[in-house]
Order: sequence, then C-alpha cells, then structure tokens
Amino acid sequence: MRIVVTIKQVPDTNEVRLDPRTGTLIREGVPSIINPEDKNALEAALTLREQLGGEVIAISMGPPQADDALREALAMGVDRAILLTDRAFAGADTWATATTLGMAIQRLGQFDLVLAGRQAIDGDTAQVGPQLAEYLNIPQITYVREFAIQDRQVKATRTLEDGFEVLETALPALLTITKEANKPRYPTAPGIIRAYREQTVEQWGIQEVQGDPEKLGLKGSPTQVKRSFSPPPKEPGEIIQAAPAEAARQLISRMKQRNLL
Amino acid sequence: MEFALSEEQELFQKSVREFAEKEVRPLAQETDATGQFPWSVIRRMGEMGLMGLPIPEAYGGAGADYLSYALAVEELSRACGSTGITLAAHTSLGCMPLVYFGTEEQKRRYLPALARGEKLAAFGLTEPGAGSDASAIQTTATLKGDEWVINGQKVFITSGSIADVITIAARTDPSAGNKGISNIIVEKGAPGFRAGRDEDKMGLRGSVTSQLFFEDCRVPKENLLGRPGEGLRQFLITLDGGRISIGAMAVGLAQAALESATRYASQRVQFGQPIARFQAIQWMIADMATEIEAARLLVYRAAWLKDRGVRYTREAAMAKLFASETAERAAFKALQIHGGYGYTRDYDVERIYRDQRLCTIGEGTSEILRWVIARQVLQL
Repeated sequence: MRIVVTIKQVPDTNEVRLDPRTGTLIREGVPSIINPEDKNALEAALTLREQLGGEVIAISMGPPQADDALREALAMGVDRAILLTDRAFAGADTWATATTLGMAIQRLGQFDLVLAGRQAIDGDTAQVGPQLAEYLNIPQITYVREFAIQDRQVKATRTLEDGFEVLETALPALLTITKEANKPRYPTAPGIIRAYREQTVEQWGIQEVQGDPEKLGLKGSPTQVKRSFSPPPKEPGEIIQAAPAEAARQLISRMKQRNLL
Repeated sequence: MEFALSEEQELFQKSVREFAEKEVRPLAQETDATGQFPWSVIRRMGEMGLMGLPIPEAYGGAGADYLSYALAVEELSRACGSTGITLAAHTSLGCMPLVYFGTEEQKRRYLPALARGEKLAAFGLTEPGAGSDASAIQTTATLKGDEWVINGQKVFITSGSIADVITIAARTDPSAGNKGISNIIVEKGAPGFRAGRDEDKMGLRGSVTSQLFFEDCRVPKENLLGRPGEGLRQFLITLDGGRISIGAMAVGLAQAALESATRYASQRVQFGQPIARFQAIQWMIADMATEIEAARLLVYRAAWLKDRGVRYTREAAMAKLFASETAERAAFKALQIHGGYGYTRDYDVERIYRDQRLCTIGEGTSEILRWVIARQVLQL
C-alpha cells in the first residue's frame, strides 16, 4: 500500500489577529501549524499503514519554512517527506497548486491512495483535493468521515449537509478527510528527535517535478485576485424600547418592511 | 549569543503544549479534588516517550537534551502541577542516578521500562531527622553475604509508594562519616520493604508523597549504585539536575497563574471597565510577566549549561531559587487579581497557589539554595 498525503502549512488562525486600523492580518509572531484536517488525513494514512503495511509519503508545496510541517509529519510517523519549493511555484492558485502536486505524485511512480484534508483553514476553498484527483485522473470521494479498504476497493462514508452517503470505488483513488474521521496522534519524543537528526525532507524544485513553467505558479493560475477586503463590521443591533405588545408590533412591521416576513 | 530554541526543541515544545492543553489540563481540577494519581495521563506520556526524555536511546529513552526535558516539565506543569512534579521526580531523581552512575547491567535492567513509563522510579533521601541536612541520614545498609540488609525510614518520597524502582541513600560504613554513604537500588516487593502512609498535602494532591520503611530489607549485593561511599557525591549531582526541573515546574505554574490573571482581568468589569485598565492591576501583570521571563531564562540557561557538560551547580540553584519565588509572587498576585473568586475552588488560581508552594521547599529549600549560591560566589 503506497499512500500519499498532501499537507499544507498554515498560520494558526486561533492566534491570528486583525490590525484594527488597516484591517489586515497580523502575521508576525503567529505560529505555523499543519492544517488541522491534513493532520486527520495523516492519521488516516498512518492507521491504514498499521493495518495493511506499506509506505506513507507526505508531500507539501510551500516556502522553505514549510520544512517544519513536514518534519512534524515525519515525527508523527510518515516514511518519507517531500517539499515542493521553487520560485516558479509561487503565487499559485488552487489549480496550479493541484497541478504541481499532481506532477510530483506522478514522479513518485505507482501509488494506491491519495489522502488530503477536506480544506485549509486559511483559504477554506476545499478545491485542491478534488482538482488533484482530476489532474491525476483518478476517482475521488470528498468529505470522508470513515473509510475501509478491501480487495483494492475503498468504501467511504461521505458527510452531506443533511446525512451521509456511502460510496465505493476502486484504487487508486483520492479521498478528502474531515475532522470527524479520527483524532490525530501526537508526535512522540523519539519521533521528533529522529525527524530532525536522522531523517531528511526532500526538496523538489521545477527540475524534479519536470513541470511546464507555464502551468505552474502565478503563470499557471487562472484565478486572479481582484481585491481583498475584510467584511464590513456588523451594524450594531437596535433595541426597541416600548411595552412588550407595542414592541412586538413595531418589530413585525420593521421585518415586513425589509421583506423578512 | 543565541536565545532561540532549535527547530527540534520548538516542535517538541509545541507538541507537549498541545498534549498538555488537550489531554492534561481538562483533568487537572479533578485530579486535585480527588487526589487520585493520574495514571491514564502518565501511561500516555509513556507512549509519547515523555517519561524517558534524557535517557539515552541505547536504554530505551528518547535521547533528548536536558533543555527539552525542562520544556516538557514546564508545559505539563502549566496544565497540572501534580503531573509536572511526577514527571520531574521520576526523571531527574528516579532515572538519572541510574543513567549517571549505574552499571551497564543496571541500566539495561531498569531504564527501558522506566523510559516507557511502564514503571515509575523514585529517589529516597530525606528522613525524619535528615532534611536540609541530608548527610545526617540514619538509614543503614550492611553487607551480609550476597545481600545488603537495610534498616531505616524515609519520608516525603515523591511517588514512593507507587514506584517500582527506588534508589535510596544509606550508611554502608557508619565509621566513615560522609564518605560512608552509598546509594542502593530497592525494587518494589523487596522483602522487608514497605510503604507507610501517603502524605495529605496542601497542594500537588494528584502526586504521591510517601513514607518508606526498611526492616531488615534484603536486596542483592549488585544493587549498589556505582562504588561504595559515593552516595553523597551522587545525590548532590542528582539534586543539581533535579533543581532545573523544579525551576521549570515553577515557571510553568507561574505562567499558568499569569494567563489566568490576564484572562480574568480582561473580563472582570468594575467601575464601568475591565479591571485590566487599572494601573494597579497592570503593574501586577507587568511584574509577573517580567519575573517569569527572567526565571525562564535562568532555567533554560542552567539546562543549556548542563547539556554542554559545563558545571552548573550555581546556575541550577539560582534558577530554582528565583523561579520558585517568582511562582510564589505570581500566584499571590493572580489570586489577588481574582479577588473573592480567586479564594474559591471555581478558578484554577486557587490550585496553582497551593501547588506552587512546594517549589520553594522541595529539592533544596530557598534557604539551602542561598547557602549553595553564597558558597559558590564567596568561594567558601
């Protein structure tokens, strides 16, 4: 069983504050973490390896600092960690990111399963997993909360807004994993020490992925950011000061005016 | 000069912090209230390799540096003092004498299970008549045939009644004074060894503090730690390392007090505004934060010196002295900021206040530490 897990290093949004004057994110001093649902994907992969044997490869695209996230994946127990880092990859939207990851996975040769977190807490797009499956031309099951593999068939329970869907497909396939799927393990002390002293994070640039620069990074990104802004602050509520019956009448009439009733 | 942790130490600190926040803190209040030793937490710490951090890999430990170990004690104590001291006593006092002075066979026999947290270790030095004056111990061990026969009593032994491996100090040559003290390994279940009652303590109520009795207790001759007569030197070296961990524990407790105080002061409204807006509160918070930073640097530096193989007796004493007294002041201020609520068991500052109180007493009182430091400074 050869399992590839795609992970992303993100700012810990619990620690992110907004500059009240400029409305932009204060990134300084904000710790970077592995995107939480990517940790669920890592846990799923490691559990599967314990059951079926094989190899887990963590792969991430990002700046050189993303090395930290891959070391953490190594400390959790993955066998191999690859960082896709190159100026040519910078400025990528979800499609160019999926393309880069896809090219790298193809360079790895044979694989059975690709696991991704459902979505990243910084972008919240949930697009890279599905786009990667399209790029690799393999079946995908998204929002997976539970899955099992038997006879090279994967059977997965997919979370819908109002229920569940059980789907089955043949390997190789890609699943995006939700936080309900499991509780990620903590890196162990020996794991951390091994990750820094004995193991390496392979760095792959454009040479290694053998990519076409036109399809990667900013050049390969069809998405153009027109403007970014923080949503206007919510208007303060209004308290209708009147006797209860009168207040209710006023409230109903206001709601009717705004077509809420 | 380099003040940053290494990337390895940073990931380590982050991982232990996450574990402490999610798995240890939620149990801290209950552990304190029931006085139940947190076995489930200790077992999980064993699985994560936290019970054998500075033990070399060859003996099943993580082979981490002492600074990483101090970081672990700090982070766990920040969540739960009882868990912090249990780790500290197991590692610095229970395991490290075996690492420093044990024979190859002793290391292979005891360390792997201790490093995995399957077994707990303790160190038996203090006696009813030998506290700060540790060399006044009365417990004797006499070699009879192939066995040591031990007689005496120990008190205030952290994890004493639940430990599987206890290194105790005893007089093996009563005529030789301080040169007649040796350390001997006693395993749980040794004939003639029994634990008395566990102390009903003010704080750290989830940790176990025991009386131990030895009545013609027999252990194999091979259980002598290192060479005979080296006991005093061995336990002074052991205590130097232990003081770093009590300093780390004090920093963790002080940090927890600061965080509680900051949170409360930002929410509590009096005179129409959060009390954090008042200068009286701000000064307390500023003093706490400054002293904690200084204490942390002293503790980290003492650990760093130890990792470099440099003598660190003075720095370990300073770190423990300053950190424990910082924790005392921080806990006092944090409780004061909480006012009447701080005096109830509804807020964790009440527990922190009781837990930190041990830090100026255990493993060298503030008074003994000042004596140690003065002797070093004055070269007496």
